[in-house]
Amino acid sequence: MKLEGKKAIWKDYQKEIADDKYFYVRSCIRQNFFPGSETAFIRILREELGKDIFEHPCHTTCTGIGYHGDIVPLDTMMTVVARQFALMTEAGYENLVPSCITSFGIYTEVLDTWHHFPEVEAKVRDYLIKATGREFKIPVNIAHASDITYKFRKEIAAKAKYKLVNKETGQPLKVVEHIGCHYSKMFPDKGVGGAEYPYVLVGMIEEWGGEVVDYPERRHCCGFGFRQYLVQANRGYSIACSHKKFESMEPYKPDMIITNCPGCPMFLDKWQYAIAEMEGKTYGENGHGIPVFTYEEVAGMVLGYNPWDLGLQTHQVSCETVLDKIGIPYNPDEKYNGINGIKLGVPEMPVNLKCC
Amino acid sequence: MIEFGYNIAKDRQIDFDKNDKRISTYVRENEPSFKTCISCGTCTATCSAANFTDFNFRKLQLMVRRGETLEVKEEIKKCMLCGKCYLACPRGVNTRNVIIQINQAIEKIENHDI
Repeated sequence: MKLEGKKAIWKDYQKEIADDKYFYVRSCIRQNFFPGSETAFIRILREELGKDIFEHPCHTTCTGIGYHGDIVPLDTMMTVVARQFALMTEAGYENLVPSCITSFGIYTEVLDTWHHFPEVEAKVRDYLIKATGREFKIPVNIAHASDITYKFRKEIAAKAKYKLVNKETGQPLKVVEHIGCHYSKMFPDKGVGGAEYPYVLVGMIEEWGGEVVDYPERRHCCGFGFRQYLVQANRGYSIACSHKKFESMEPYKPDMIITNCPGCPMFLDKWQYAIAEMEGKTYGENGHGIPVFTYEEVAGMVLGYNPWDLGLQTHQVSCETVLDKIGIPYNPDEKYNGINGIKLGVPEMPVNLKCC
Repeated sequence: MIEFGYNIAKDRQIDFDKNDKRISTYVRENEPSFKTCISCGTCTATCSAANFTDFNFRKLQLMVRRGETLEVKEEIKKCMLCGKCYLACPRGVNTRNVIIQINQAIEKIENHDI
């Protein structure tokens, strides 16, 4: 293929990502599962990159989980989304940056709906005024927080203290990247690389020194799927998805997994524990699991942040194997310290999944 | 082992790299007309055994082709070898001989001959 032609085609797979002045909206669930990630993102943008990023204290859930779980009606969801836009308008921002892939999908879906059905937008504006007295402007740019990290991946690499490289062998770490389904599978033109070649995490991994693992079930869902998980009896379908991915990636001996969705790291992390306890099977080295990270955690790691400030101690699969490979220093005695330095106690360890 | 109240759901993906294709290979070699089957189901529609049981030749040949052979041994016992399916087949597949060849293949597998 001619290189010029390839570049021309690749242009179609790019998206516009705002440079500065971000209105950041957090995820409902990430703060519980991976509590250091969003804080790390804000810290990186403010302290490392000098960007203007604003959080509104009145921001609420986008209702995505309830909407996809069929308990929040479409009109309600759109009105809540309109309220988030109103908060952004009142704060004087135009570039929306959701932390959550589901929220990103929800916002994109709502804007697309309003684009095709202006009468629906008018109806929602009416609902919002009646309910809250607020008005809003349509965001100029919507980029997921991973898009922003991708955009500034070279700047982060320039400031990095560590690379995704095994310090003993000098070889790049083998990294599995997992894109949230609602990032680019619903609206391919809204994701870097589209649905066919999602590049948002690959770009970070390559820039920070790692090697991407291409395995057969790379684009398979993690198994979150809302209703598969929310109903306990259905969780067998959820864990089967993660199981299929682990079985597929295992022969490639990945060192770590990076994700850009709230649900994916949760399930890829916790299901390793459940599979180990159900079947005695582990996928990492020497009875360990494969550590799962969010892209903010990895960015924080390469920038040399304290792993415990990034919240790595809350992972089910212990992350020390990767920290040791890269050579990132950490104090095991401080692992379970609270933010004020008080020891929170050591959690009970799994039987089959080896945790440091 | 911990009981979580759910299990890992069984996968329905057909993995051609892992599945056992010995029966399929044996039948193809010994009854080449098997290759021309288009899975139309005429055999099943005319099947005498299917009148009394849930025997389904179309499903059986599909399982053999996919290498999903665990159920084949029990399933094939339902066939009475009447040969009506052979008369009805629009592709002229000798379905009666296919059944015989499947039986032989199973026997050879059990004797470790193939």
